[in-house]
This record gives sequence, structure tokens and C-alpha cells, in this order.
Amino acid sequence: MYWAAATALLSHWRRHPVQLATLLLGLALATALWSGVQAINAEARASYGRAASVLDQNRLAQLVERDGDLISADRYALLRRDGWNVSPVIEGDVRFGRERIRLIGIDPLTMPPEGQSVETAEAQDLFDFLSPSGLLIVSPATAERLEGQTAMKLKISGQMPDGAAFADISIADRLLARNGGLSRLVVAPEQALDLGRLDQLAPGLTVRQAGDRPDVAQLTDSFHLNLTAFGFLAFAVGLFIVYAAIGLAFEQRRSTLRTLRALGLSLSAVTVTLMVEILVLALVAGLTGVVIGYGMASLLLPGVAATLRGLYGADVPGTLSLRPEWWATGLGMAIAGTMISSAQSLWRVRNMPLLATAQPRAWARASARSARFQLVAGLLLIAVALTLSFTGKGLAAGFGVLACLLLGAALLLPAILSGFLSIMQGRSSHPLAAWFWADTRQQLPGLSLALMALLLALAANVGVGTMVSSFRLTFVGWLDQRLAAELYVTARDEDEASRLRIWLMDRATTVLPIWNVEGEVLGETLQIYGVANDPTYRDHWPLLRGEKDVWDQIATGRGALVNEQLWRKKGVEIGDQLPLPGGWSVSIVGIYSDYGNPKGQVIIGIDKLAEHYPDVSRLRYGIRASPKAVPALKEQLTGEFRLPSENVVDQASLKQQSRGVFEQTFAVTGALNIFTLAVAGFAMFASLLTLSGIRLPQLAPVWSMGVTRRDLVAFEIARTLALWLATFIAALPVGLALAWVLLSIVNVEAFGWRLPMHVFPADWLQLGLVALAAAGLSILIPLRRLMAVGPSELLRTFANER
Amino acid sequence: MNARSGSSVWLVALMFLLALTGGSRSQGFAGLGTNAEGFSVPRPGQAFRFPADHGPHPDFRIEWWYVTANLQSADGAQFGVQWTLFRSALAPKTEAGWADPQIWMGHAALTTKDRHYSSERLARGGVGQAGVVPEPFSAWIDSWQMKGVQGSSGPLNNLDLTASGKDFGYQLSLSAKGPLVRQGDQGFSVKSAGGQASFYYSQPFYDVSGIVDVAGRAVPVKGKAWLDREWSSQPLAANQTGWDWFSLHLDTGEKIMAFRLRDEKGGYTSGNWISADGQPSALPPGSLELTPLSSVSVGGRDVPVAWRVRIPQRSFDVTTTALNEQAWMPTRTPYWEGPISFQGTASGRGYLEMTGY
Amino acid sequence: MLLSLRNVSKTYATPEGKIEVLKGIDFDLPAAQSVALTGESGSGKSTLLHLVAGLDQPDSGQILVAGRDIAGLGDRGRAAYRRSDVGLIFQQFNLIPSLDVAANISFHARLAGRQDTTWETQLIETLGLTSLMRRYPEQLSGGQQQRVAIARTLAARPALVLADEPTGNLDETTGDTVLGLMLSLTKSSGAALLMVTHSPRLALMLDGSVLLRSGRIA
Repeated sequence: MYWAAATALLSHWRRHPVQLATLLLGLALATALWSGVQAINAEARASYGRAASVLDQNRLAQLVERDGDLISADRYALLRRDGWNVSPVIEGDVRFGRERIRLIGIDPLTMPPEGQSVETAEAQDLFDFLSPSGLLIVSPATAERLEGQTAMKLKISGQMPDGAAFADISIADRLLARNGGLSRLVVAPEQALDLGRLDQLAPGLTVRQAGDRPDVAQLTDSFHLNLTAFGFLAFAVGLFIVYAAIGLAFEQRRSTLRTLRALGLSLSAVTVTLMVEILVLALVAGLTGVVIGYGMASLLLPGVAATLRGLYGADVPGTLSLRPEWWATGLGMAIAGTMISSAQSLWRVRNMPLLATAQPRAWARASARSARFQLVAGLLLIAVALTLSFTGKGLAAGFGVLACLLLGAALLLPAILSGFLSIMQGRSSHPLAAWFWADTRQQLPGLSLALMALLLALAANVGVGTMVSSFRLTFVGWLDQRLAAELYVTARDEDEASRLRIWLMDRATTVLPIWNVEGEVLGETLQIYGVANDPTYRDHWPLLRGEKDVWDQIATGRGALVNEQLWRKKGVEIGDQLPLPGGWSVSIVGIYSDYGNPKGQVIIGIDKLAEHYPDVSRLRYGIRASPKAVPALKEQLTGEFRLPSENVVDQASLKQQSRGVFEQTFAVTGALNIFTLAVAGFAMFASLLTLSGIRLPQLAPVWSMGVTRRDLVAFEIARTLALWLATFIAALPVGLALAWVLLSIVNVEAFGWRLPMHVFPADWLQLGLVALAAAGLSILIPLRRLMAVGPSELLRTFANER
Repeated sequence: MNARSGSSVWLVALMFLLALTGGSRSQGFAGLGTNAEGFSVPRPGQAFRFPADHGPHPDFRIEWWYVTANLQSADGAQFGVQWTLFRSALAPKTEAGWADPQIWMGHAALTTKDRHYSSERLARGGVGQAGVVPEPFSAWIDSWQMKGVQGSSGPLNNLDLTASGKDFGYQLSLSAKGPLVRQGDQGFSVKSAGGQASFYYSQPFYDVSGIVDVAGRAVPVKGKAWLDREWSSQPLAANQTGWDWFSLHLDTGEKIMAFRLRDEKGGYTSGNWISADGQPSALPPGSLELTPLSSVSVGGRDVPVAWRVRIPQRSFDVTTTALNEQAWMPTRTPYWEGPISFQGTASGRGYLEMTGY
Repeated sequence: MLLSLRNVSKTYATPEGKIEVLKGIDFDLPAAQSVALTGESGSGKSTLLHLVAGLDQPDSGQILVAGRDIAGLGDRGRAAYRRSDVGLIFQQFNLIPSLDVAANISFHARLAGRQDTTWETQLIETLGLTSLMRRYPEQLSGGQQQRVAIARTLAARPALVLADEPTGNLDETTGDTVLGLMLSLTKSSGAALLMVTHSPRLALMLDGSVLLRSGRIA
């Protein structure tokens, strides 16, 4: 019985292949975007998690020096002798030839098993590991990068994150010149009961609890949230398609259903059959979507990885693995989404009177009721968005504003369009014009979902586009300020550096040291730079705010500058004392913008830097010279000094590199934007296709009263374009509001900087044209259908039976 | 050996194989058995120089400070205590800081009739986490230590000995009632027919008093202890697979040290008869019979926990019984080490160590 | 003569082959006259009506309306003809769903460019639609919808009214009332009426009747 019913119901799809394709493609696209984005996120998160557990032993508690200093070996021995089961770690960045690597020196003798994620299974490896010549445990990719860059033995481990190496603590001590000083102590989970008190034993040490989220994961949170938001938006847009297609399929099968019921099939049997059908469709489309999503993610992942590396220094592999957390959720979302989209249709089938004649108009009236509800809900959401944008704090509030704004605007759209059309209808004197507006308005309920989807996609495009363009404008200007030196040179060792300084004295206008140390400031590991007292900084450095004599204060060592990120994140103010590693502090005298840097940064006078951190590496210099002299100077440095060319970088190529990182950052966003717009276009197409099926009875009377088919087609085109245009216009303010939220709330939370908003109407025009083209495309097939309708088909609507 | 994975496992395995068995299993580590790397080799006729020789000898590959104690509480309950500090050198030198190639390992155990508690520590030298200072004597790893009491007549005559693990601990005072005893030929102890040897001396005459912590319960105890000091660079022959080692406190006040190094044939047996006033008489190979009587399954292996010890020329013939047959050291390289008692022509208590099973 | 058909033939292609629906029809309808077009199902009466309405084209023959042959008109010409010369009333009431009753009634007249509000008001009152003007078609009963359709058709003052089973979807009492109104109003507007019906009873209410059998006038 089920089979007979299923055959009857399924025959519908055979007769309507386009409808079936629409449904499957819509759902597959939505699932693809969602699961693709999730795949990228899952890959990145897994990589952070692995890095954290492997490199940071973050599953264990740690001891660190409160003021960011190194922990002395004596203090370590003292703790051990008091019974504390702790293990030392020395870590830092180290350069092997051209490659910069994060080096983690561990003591395999005391590292608790929970902290030993990478195995050295061969005894020979351990001998090598402990041997003075050293062994580096690295990932295959890192091993490739280090090929020929170091004389140390390399041991490849698949568990190692890229860009990092394990070595024995003695090796790390030597390479990083720490003189025994430790970065941190890992605390074993198993400890004796009668331990001495830490604050008496080792004042200054503080416990960092286990399970803290890795820094990089926190840094990149917002980025992944962004991606997720995009994925969800696309998924929601895709569900509109599914909703439309399923609604139509059910509507068209009413008579079949009625016949089946009349033939004695129970209501539950009909419902079950339909549910199974939907489930199968969801599964097929969902699986297809996951496959497409995988492909999409594979294409996007290298870009995302480059972004994460450039922006956050987070190493994420460029290849994708099939993780259940994204393909399973993708499939789950597809099924759940389909079920939700078809719930209304199923409900109607359950409540369908057995003998009622088809009333395709009835749901139009029902939607009038829901339109009122939508209006109220939309207004409420906008109100919430407004309130939240003034009172809310944090990234969650930022995204809350975004969600409320977009959803509210989408819900308001039908009401706004309806009002607009109603006004237009009232102002029309010609009966055909009045009919045109009235008829357009009547179609709104059927199209509103697609139009909402379109509004969301357009607003997202305008909003994100405005943000990216604003960012680009600000960033480029900032780069010009920040990269003031004509040439940047890195010596290979201190000896070479001093020769270089002397050599350059005759040839350059000024030689500016770019020296920095890493240390913990206000609980964050960050870079401390020293600057010389030079007009280059006074004239160019991009200060956001500062006292008048900022540079004098820096030069005399009384003041420090902090970047915007540190200023916002730690809430420090000008005039505050900033405690620096080594137990001294200095007053904050200014704040500068530092785009593209996820971390805090401090600038002090070069003399103070050298005084407090005598071990600072003195290898990098900025060189001021006349731009004309730069190529020759560069030539000489690589020629006479035999400096590797990557150690001599001119301003122009540095800027180019920086812009490259920037463009990369938003390439993924741009790609997702286009995908979203494509899905919205497809939603429009699906809706129009759906509507074109029920258009004939609406158009036939007008035709019979003397309007040619050609005119009717023209009206249809005009109608679609008018709706697109109205939606586009409505999307502009929503998009600008979105941009404002992104720039003023989300970015500040996510990146730690705030950007001025710039408006780019030319971009809108371009988007409008793209949208228009999409509109034209979306109406093409429905129109072709209408054109092909012969008089006999139109006449059939007047016939006794239909 | 079903070693757990993880890097330090192999280090310990390696050290322990070198230290205790040195046999076939270490053959994989080619080159380490030779002295081509500049390690010193024990030679006969070199007199000990104290107190310096109580301290480490970094130019030798391996070395240990090894205390075993047979203890008894007021209600007659028996306890065994082990405190061991091993030193293993990756290179024949010391360096300050993390680059020091001297690696230290501690083993501590407490044995009761029903339970055997043990713990293990590892450290590298150079930073103060572990080490030995000859005078005033101090040997330590982490919070475990063996420390000379100030004002005593010799560096090793009065020692405070402490160690603790997850659910046990002990704080003992050791007081020597006799002289240091040089094992072998004036401290030159031959370990194989091929001539492998170590420097080896003992202090077997300690009276002990103190407290043992058994799962949170402090128990006052008294008894006897035995300290072994041994260092070498190549203690065992390549074909030797493990050893069985006895230290016996006779009720008469005499002491016996006896060992058998097992190989594919009859093994190499040697020992020392120590009179109550500390005079050693070597028990040359052949003068000593060590016969396993029965085995039990311990730690997944068959281990002979009852022995017959016979020294015909001394009319000595006893059977040993383990206080706790399951005195298994589940350290990264596992072995059996526990208190025993013996009856026969003589009676008393002592310690048995069996490796390589 | 308002309407003259001369040797009109029409063939439809169906999956079962060609069906000759009309086989050389000759027929005349004078102005201000009402004629019933009767016949069995499939006799071709609806097809004949559609051809006269300019909704479809004959294969051969002439359809002269006020002396003009509409059979030869193109799409645009026939649309103009439908707009200004004929009014259609169908069994499916065919109101414009998006417009309210008032807009539906005036739609055709305004499209034809001859709205006469006095006449419209008279029609609305006569048909009893005054209270329904702000309603939408879907809110009306079948009888009400057909009265709106009649009002819309007559408001445009066509010379020729074509009706296809206008009361077919109504019960007899309502149908008779509606038909009565339609006939009297058509008369008073001075239009000619050609009405397709299969009911001899209804046919008797008109000035004359023509019987169609197998595509020919019997």
C-alpha cells in the first residue's frame, strides 16, 4: 500500500524534473556552504587544539612568572626539591637560515606523560634528542622548509603542528641564549599532598590553569565566527528555496493526495510516505551538499590558512580532512532544515479536508495574518538591535546586533514593499498600471521569502564590501606612515650588524635600529620595541592620541607607547604606569594604530631597551636614504656584504607584501559573499518558477479583456525588476548599518582596532548591476514558459474543468 | 619488555639496562658498551679516596647510591625500604646548566607483607634538581634525600634518609655500627669471567630508626640497613642477561653479599663474607651456590622468589623467603626488589634483587 | 448584421489525432438580439464562442463583426478587438484576484477607454453589489462573483456580449436570478448576446437559439 502510494506521489517528480532539480540543488547549495564553512573552521580548530595540546601542554596547569620574566633554573630546582612535580619549558622563536620556527625546549626526564604528545619511539632518537648536537622534532611540512637550513638532525612526527619544533631543553637554552632561564613550568596532575605554599616558595610565580583556550584560538574566534555567520546566512537563504519548492510540490499534488485518501489510504500512511520522501530528498541533497562543501572548503582553505597565518600567526594546514563534526552536522542541518521547511506543507496535508476543492488562493489570506506578525516581530528585532548597539559589550553583543538587524530588516521587507506597492497602486490612473501594482502586491507573499533572502545577501554584500573598502583605504594610508624607512636590513649575527652599522654610516641618511624583545606585559606575551630619537618617527608614526612631547618622553626613557590593541584590550590609559618585564615600569604617553597585528605591542626608547634587556638581538635596521640611492644600496648590501636578498627588503616590496596579506584576508570573505548572492539569486529563480505555475489563471482574465501576451510578458519583467530594485534600495541602509556594526563593534572586539567608515557608492552601482543581471537570469526560464503558452492553454483556464 | 611509549621510557630503559643487566638487550645501542667515548674504566689496585669517592664520578658511565633496610614496628610487623639514586652519564663530563650530560634517576619503595609501594624520579644534573655532594654528604633527587648528619664522625656514619611517593613515605635515621666494607679485591669487584668489573664498597652495619608512612598512617620502626656504592663504565658482559643479588644480615652480626650474573651457561657467581667487625672475605666464583626453589608470577613474569643459598666452605645453607612475593618495581624498567628472611644453618633478614626476568 | 460567420472551420491537434471541431459554420446574429448556442458536450459550441471572442483563430472562414473580419487579425488586433468590441462572461467567473470588486467592475471599461460612472452605478445597484465594492473576489460567493463579472462586462458597453455557461457553477435558483439580470441588463445596454448553454430551458429565455451538432449547425 505504501509502495503504491509512494509510486503515485513520486510520479510527480518525474513530471516536474525542474522542480526536483530546484529542490535538490537549493538544498545541496545551502548544505555545501554551511558544511564547507564548518569544515574550514573544524580544520582550523583542530589545528589550534593540536598545537595547544602538543606545544603548550595546555591540558596541564602551568607556572609562569607574574611579571613576564623568565623563571630561573634555581627556582625550578627549589620547587622540585620541595616536592613540586613540575617540568621546565624554554620556548621562543628561532631562525634557521631563512626559516623562522617556534622552538619548544622540553625536558623529557620530567615532562609528565600528559604533556608528552610527541613520541620518540626509538632509543636512538632519544639519544639524539638529548645529545649536544641536538634533534628537532617537526612536522613533515616544517621538515621540508628546514631542509638545508640547519645542521641539526630532523625527526618527523605527524603529530607536530607546522612551524614548530620540539628540542631538548638544553638545545633551546643554547639557541635562544636563555642562560638557563625558563619560559614556564608544566605542573603534573599528580602531586604530593604536603607541598609547600607556592607564594612562600616562589613569590612571583602564578598558576595558569589547565584547559585555558589557546591564545591563537581566542584570537581567531571572531574570524571563525564571521565564517560561521556567513555559512548560516547562506544556509538560511538556501532553506527559502527548499521551502518554496516543497510548498509548490505539495500544492500541486493536492489532487493526487485527495485521490489516495479517497481510495482508502489513511492519513498517517500519507503523512509517513511524504515524510519518508522528504527524508530521502534531504539525504540525497545533503550528501551532495557535503561533497560540494568539501570541494569548496578545499578550494578556500589555502586562502583561509594564509589569512590566519598572516593575520594571527596561526598555522593551519592547507589541506582538509574529513571530520565527522562538520560533515555530520552538515547532513544534520540539511535534514533538519528540510523538515522545518516542509513542516508547514505537511501540516496542511494533515488538515486538508477530504473533499474541498483546490483553493490555491486561500493561503494568500493566511499570509496576510502572518504578515502582520512579521511586521511586529521585525520592528521588535530592530528595536533590540538598536538597544544592543548602544548598551551591549563584547563580540557576542556585536553579532547579536548583526543578527537582530538582518533578521528584523528581512521581516520588515514584505511590509515595506507592500506599503510601497499599495501607494503606487493608489497613484496609478491607468487601469493596467493599477492592476500591475495590485498584482505585484498580490505576489508578494509567494516571493517574500526569496526577496528576504535577496535582501540579506545584498545587505551582506554592501556591509562587508563597505567594511573591506574602508579597511583598505585606512590600511594603505597607515602603511605609508608606518613604513617610512626606505630600506630594511637584517644582519645575520651581531658582528655583521656592527660592521653594517659602520658601513652604512657613510652611505645612508640615518640608520634606525629595529630591536625588540618578547616578554609578558599585563599577562600577555608581546613584543617590546625600542626606537631611536629620530624625526622619522616624529613625522610619520601613526599616533592615535598622545601627549605633545611624546617623542621627547620616549627619547629620555620616561615614556612608552602602546598600540591600539593593548590599549583597548587591557584598558590602559595615557598616564598609567606600565609594568615591564624585569621589574621596572614606565608611563604610557601615547597610543598608535597597529593594523594587522593581533597582539599588543609596546614601544620604548632604544636606550632603555638596551639598558634593561642587554641581550636584545641587534640585527634589524631601518635605513633612511634618498629613494634614488635605494637600488644601488640594495645592490651593494647583497653584493659587497653578501647579505641574502631576503635580508634586504625595500619599502615598496614590503608594502606590497603587506597589501598581499591584506587582500588575502578578505579574499575568502569576498568569495563567500559571491556564493551567498548566488544562492539568493537561485532562491529568486526558484520562487519565480514556482509562481509561474500558478500565474496563468491570474493572467488569463486580463488577456481575455484585450491585453496581448507580449504586453503581459513585459509586465512580468517589469514586475520582477521592480521588486529587485525595491529590495536593492531597501538593502542599502541595512548594508550600511551592517558595515557600521562590523567596523565599530565587531572589528574592535575581533581585531582590537576601530576603523573610520567610508562609503563607496560606485561599489553599490556595481553590485546593483550584478543583482540586475541575476534578476534577468532568474526570470528568464519562467518567462520563456509564459511566452510558450498558447491560446489553448490560456483558454483551458476558462474551461469547465481544470 | 612491554615498555610504555614515551621518550623518557627509553631513556630509563637504557640507563637501567646499562646499570643492572647490561646484557643482550643493550646490544642494540651499538658503541655504548665500549670505552671509545672517553669514559674511565675500573682497574684493580686503585685505592678509594674518601670522602671524595662518596661523591659522583662523572667520568664513569654509571654509578649508584643504594640503600635497603629491613625494618620492624613495635607490634612485630615487618617492612622493607629501598632508596636508590642512579647516575648515568651521556658524556664523561659535567657542565653547568641544562647542558649537563649527567642524568639522575631515583627509585624509592616501601614493602609490607601485603603491599609494595614504589616511586621513580628522573632529573638531569647541572641545575640542582639532583646530585651528590661528598662532604658534608648529601645525595638527593627532588625532595628525596640522603643527608649526612652534622657533627658525625664520618660522612656516611649518620644519615637522614627520606623519600615519598603518592601513597607512601619514610623518614629514617641511619647510624653505622661498623666500618665501610670494600667488596671484591679492595673494592674492585669483578662481574664476569671476561673481566668486566666495577668499583664497589658497602656500609652494611646501619642501625635504623624512624617512621614509615603507609597510606597515610605513620608507623615507628627500627631495624637494619645496608648501603651499596658502585660505579663503573661497563659492568656486565654482553652475554649476561640479568642478575640475582643478595644482601644478608645474619643474626650473629655477620653479613653476606652474594650475586649471580646469569648468562646462557651457568652464570657468574661471586660474593663476600663479612665478619661482625667488618672484615671481608671474598667468596670467589664456585664457592657459592644460588639455587632458585620456586617461582611465582609477578608483574606478568615468572620470578623465583624462594632461594637456597649455600656456601659449602662456611657450612652455610639457608632457604630464603620473601616478605612479599609481589615486591615488583613497576618502574619504566621493571625488576624485583624486596625484603627476605632466611632459615637454615643460620637465620636473619636481608634483601633480594632480581633483574632481567 | 452585427455578427456574421461564413464557412468557419476549426481543427485541434490532440494526442489521439486531429479533431475537426467546427466544419464550415455559417451563422448570423443581428444587433441587440440574444441567441442561445446549444448542443451536446463536444459539439463545438465553446470553440465557436472562443473564435467569436477573438481568443482563438479559425483555420478557415470569415468572422465578421460589424462588417470587419476578425479572423485575419493578428495578436495585437485581436487584443484590441477584445478590449473594445466584446465582453466575455464565463462559467469560471474570471475576475482579477488582485483587484477589489470596484476595480474589477471598472477595469474593462477603463481599458476600453469608455468608463461611464452613471451607468456603472446603475449596474452595481441593479446587481445588488453596492455593499461588496471593497471586497476581493475570493471573499465572494459564486453568485456574487458572477454578478461582478456581468457588471464588469456590461460596464464596458460592448456591442457583443459572449457568455459560456454563465450559470453553470451556480444552483438553479441563483442561476435563474443571475441569468435574468444578465438578460435584462444586456437588453437595456443595447448589446447583442450569444450564450452557450446545454440547457434547453435556459435557451428558451433568449430571443432565439441555434443547435450545434458535430461541428455543424443543425
